Amino acid sequence: MTERRVLLIEDEPNIIEAIRFILSRDGWRVDTHSDGETALEAIRARVPDLVILDVMLPNKSGYDILNDLRSDEALGSTPVLMLTARGQRKDRDLAEKLGANKFMTKPFSNGEILTTVRELVG
Amino acid sequence: MEKTTKRQAQTGVVLAGTRIRDYRIGRGMRQAQLAKECGISPSYLNLIEHNRRKIGGALLVRIAEALEAEPAILSGGAETALTEAMDAAAGSHPRAGAERDRAEEFAGRFPGWARLVEAQYREARRLEQIVERLDDRLTHDPFLSASMHNVLSSVTAIRSSSAILANGEEIAPEWQARFHRNIYEDSQRLADATESLVSYLDADDEAGAAATLPQEEVEQWMVARGWQIAELESDPEHDINALVSEAEQLVTPAARSLARRFLQRYGDDVRALPGVSLRNALLTTDDPALLAQMLGVGLPQLFRRLVTLDETALADGTPYGLVACDGSGTLIFRKPLPGFDVPRYGAACPLWPLFAGLQRPMALIRENLIMSGRDDAAFRAEAFSEISHPNGYGGPAVVESWMLIKPLITRPDAALPVGTSCRVCAQSACPARREPSVFSD
Repeated sequence: MTERRVLLIEDEPNIIEAIRFILSRDGWRVDTHSDGETALEAIRARVPDLVILDVMLPNKSGYDILNDLRSDEALGSTPVLMLTARGQRKDRDLAEKLGANKFMTKPFSNGEILTTVRELVG
Repeated sequence: MEKTTKRQAQTGVVLAGTRIRDYRIGRGMRQAQLAKECGISPSYLNLIEHNRRKIGGALLVRIAEALEAEPAILSGGAETALTEAMDAAAGSHPRAGAERDRAEEFAGRFPGWARLVEAQYREARRLEQIVERLDDRLTHDPFLSASMHNVLSSVTAIRSSSAILANGEEIAPEWQARFHRNIYEDSQRLADATESLVSYLDADDEAGAAATLPQEEVEQWMVARGWQIAELESDPEHDINALVSEAEQLVTPAARSLARRFLQRYGDDVRALPGVSLRNALLTTDDPALLAQMLGVGLPQLFRRLVTLDETALADGTPYGLVACDGSGTLIFRKPLPGFDVPRYGAACPLWPLFAGLQRPMALIRENLIMSGRDDAAFRAEAFSEISHPNGYGGPAVVESWMLIKPLITRPDAALPVGTSCRVCAQSACPARREPSVFSD
């Protein structure tokens, strides 16, 4: 069975650890990246089955990264789950407009993130 | 309340001094205490209370503030002020079906209940303004935004880590230890973040809370100075750097740089229009256009000089407010007035004459404004924008727009409804609305 890969782009170490633990236990290979500026390179280096992308990142926002991702022909169809502490309608609308497949606000439940990841990758 | 004099009872007229005395006694305040709070001697207050001295202007406002009463109620015309407030309260809750045409009758028959309605209406308005300010801060304040992100990130990590431990499934001891440690770290971080937030929100609001932007530091410094630099008023060549270095509100290098530029311009304005000349001219007229012509200065310069005057120099005892923006519409100067809030963060109401001035440079734009809100306070606004070429005509044109604001005592027949900013404005049908209002969410 082909290993299913998730790239988690998030700069909070303890959130990274918790998500990695939950998904790994479910059979996912979880790679992580913390810097917004080099996130796209990390995605290009080995295209994952799913990107979990935080909005507030150092050096570049998740919205900008998503915009660049969708503009890249080779990466444009990669599923993206956006995570954010800002849950207002306009943030959700912006994420959808830029091409996020799903939008989740913090704090989220472990079950919720696991279910969503399974749904997006299938 | 004390008995009115026989004459007052016969005529039905209660004089201002008597009202002040009645209010003071009703609040259990000694004459010496009220006098001290208002900055006058007890003997002078005694003369006022016995109607041997007239009272008005800024002193009346100070006394009213100390007594927590409306100036209009103290000076007379209380019934008018009361029924106007009741009418406004009824207007803000039309579904209640209050008999607005019988407000005067109600106030006459039940003055205590009428005052209660008025007091509750004003309190509701005060709280509404607090909510507006807080919403503005929550939405646009960079410190609050970062703090909330910090809090939510900590909560997220704690929730996820604790859910893993509480799940019931077996977890290797080293992972248990790691998640326990993570929960401890994040709970500590959460405690620190919430403590900072509470401190920040509790900060003295009179100074506009802790300044998060250099411009705010300068504004807080000017508030502390009463919007006047006395040293430059008496000597426009006074050492600017010394003034800046002495200012405890100017913490950041950026704020000190802004303050130096501000003081440079202040000194230029004083040289062009000394305070004495301005005060003398105000004895003749208070029309800014005529003043500028008479004094041979530009309108923006006149506006900046007018806001340095305190209420004692102005015939009606009401200071001016002033707002300025650059060519991008970004506010570069803020001296708000009670009832005319200027947003601290985010963009202002696009209908302000300030912005119309950007499209019509070198033309004076005059407009009566009604500031949206339960009070619907009326103001006179005069806006003028000018273009300069700091790097010569071959360089870029720099435009600044300035808007002078003055409260209107009586509501004008024709006025433009405006707000503070779209987000906190209740005017749903405004053609210039840029984003939904928090009141309609």
